[in-house]
Amino acid sequence: MAFYQPARYQKPVAGALLLALLALPPALAALGHEFYIGFATRLLIFALAASSLNLVLGFGGMFSLGHAAFFGAGAYAAAICMRAGISEALLALPLAMLVAGALALLVGAISLRTRGVYFIMITLAFAQMAYYLFISARAWGGDDGLPLPGRMTLAGLSLGSDSALFYAALGCLALAVVFLGRLAGARFGRTIQAIRENETRMEALGYPVFRYRLVCFALGGALAGLAGALLANLTGLASPNLLQWTQSGTLLVMVIIGGVGYLYGGVVGAVVLLSLEEVLSGFTQHWPIGLGLLLLAIVLFAPRGVAALFGKAGG
Amino acid sequence: MAEVLLEVRRLSRRFAAVDALQAVDLIVETGELHALIGPNGAGKTTFIQHVSGALQPDSGSVFFAGRDLTRLSMHQRVAAGMARSYQISNLFLGLSALDNVALAVQGRQDAGSSFRFWQPVRSEQRLFDEARGFLEQVGLTARSDRVAGNLAHGEQRALELAMALATRPKLLLLDEPMAGSGPEESERMVELIARLARQVTILLVEHDMDAVFRLADRISVLLNGRLIATGTAEAVRADPEVRRAYLGDHL
Repeated sequence: MAFYQPARYQKPVAGALLLALLALPPALAALGHEFYIGFATRLLIFALAASSLNLVLGFGGMFSLGHAAFFGAGAYAAAICMRAGISEALLALPLAMLVAGALALLVGAISLRTRGVYFIMITLAFAQMAYYLFISARAWGGDDGLPLPGRMTLAGLSLGSDSALFYAALGCLALAVVFLGRLAGARFGRTIQAIRENETRMEALGYPVFRYRLVCFALGGALAGLAGALLANLTGLASPNLLQWTQSGTLLVMVIIGGVGYLYGGVVGAVVLLSLEEVLSGFTQHWPIGLGLLLLAIVLFAPRGVAALFGKAGG
Repeated sequence: MAEVLLEVRRLSRRFAAVDALQAVDLIVETGELHALIGPNGAGKTTFIQHVSGALQPDSGSVFFAGRDLTRLSMHQRVAAGMARSYQISNLFLGLSALDNVALAVQGRQDAGSSFRFWQPVRSEQRLFDEARGFLEQVGLTARSDRVAGNLAHGEQRALELAMALATRPKLLLLDEPMAGSGPEESERMVELIARLARQVTILLVEHDMDAVFRLADRISVLLNGRLIATGTAEAVRADPEVRRAYLGDHL
């Protein structure tokens, strides 16, 4: 594979989409469908979480099955911050990222010494350990989770209304995507993509491979933490379920559906999966069957994901 | 007496029941082209793996430019000035020749940190200019935008060399650069290596005896993991143990 390169029309399309999304809350309100603002916010947050995994998996080539641990850690960090009286997002969100990033640094420092299936297993093991830790932590609500006393404020403005939180999530996602897009073409991005292709060769060119992998893993963890903190605000709860391995699996499925190693892979995958869930679950509780068929179709007919149908990650 | 660049002392490595390397001593002097030869399975590639840091020895040590590198990892040895090319081309096949070499330039310590997350590499003209210089050295200027996977075999071997050169090594470890090449490609490679040998010290592992005798200042012979001779081409050719090992062929 070559280095990631955005499709030519990608920027204008993304810009147009961003404008459309800015107009979404008032439009939904005018139509009397306010309920969907919350759903759209959920999409944005999962798009961010899946994008953070795509950094680790798609660009860094690290098949982590424990990404939910950082997602959940961010949610708990936000909840704990708010219960401690820190409800300013400009403070609480970076703190949540810091906590999740530090956890990822720790997990990565140990896991990244292994390869292949061992790496998958050890990241899974760490995430499950974190899950059971939070479930048994009485002070943090045990398996009921930790409720938030309200929503954060952003630069003093309340995020209490659903549209305010929507805009906050949209801002976070947009910033993250711009950052990841720049990263992909910068020295660091090229380095981790080359490591994904051939780590021995990179080592033989003098690159301290472990260090680059670790930083990539921790960055992905921090971004997942941001998504978790936003989700806790949306649902009003930091739930241990966020750390469960099925959650890691969901994020993985999103990235695979969307397109591993494509800038918008995580976004596309989150939108496709959650929309499908929303629509299909209205018809039948057996909606995962539909999801299974979709996954099968993607693996067979578009193995690089939906985003690959529009852009190219290269050769 | 010339300065010692690489000194390998009593390097030993055992794989299960096989003594792959048995107390190998080898000295490469600054400026020389030192060839390491030996029949198949003699331990040549294993030796290179241990010198470059891909493998760790059971005992013995590797000194380079006066420093003990035995416990250092591969990337640290590259930073110290030791670069290797691979027996089987080991390139980024999806990237252009230029991008392959630019990666090698970017990895060098004096090229600055690669923990840069914002500025596009495409805007770093210096990186690519320098990479073009290395492509020119190996005669690949006309191929710089070609994807490495689409290059001819000989061109891939040359690209492999350009990447090793781009790390600005003091010592170049070349593991069978002629492997799999036809006579014409080999001839071009011999000329290229002869040219490079004027700028950089080379430890060359090679099967092609004609090439070795044309290029090498000194030759060491490895047999069943033991170093049985070191010296000039004439001395090695005349060595009875070497003659026995090769049963006369080529020599």
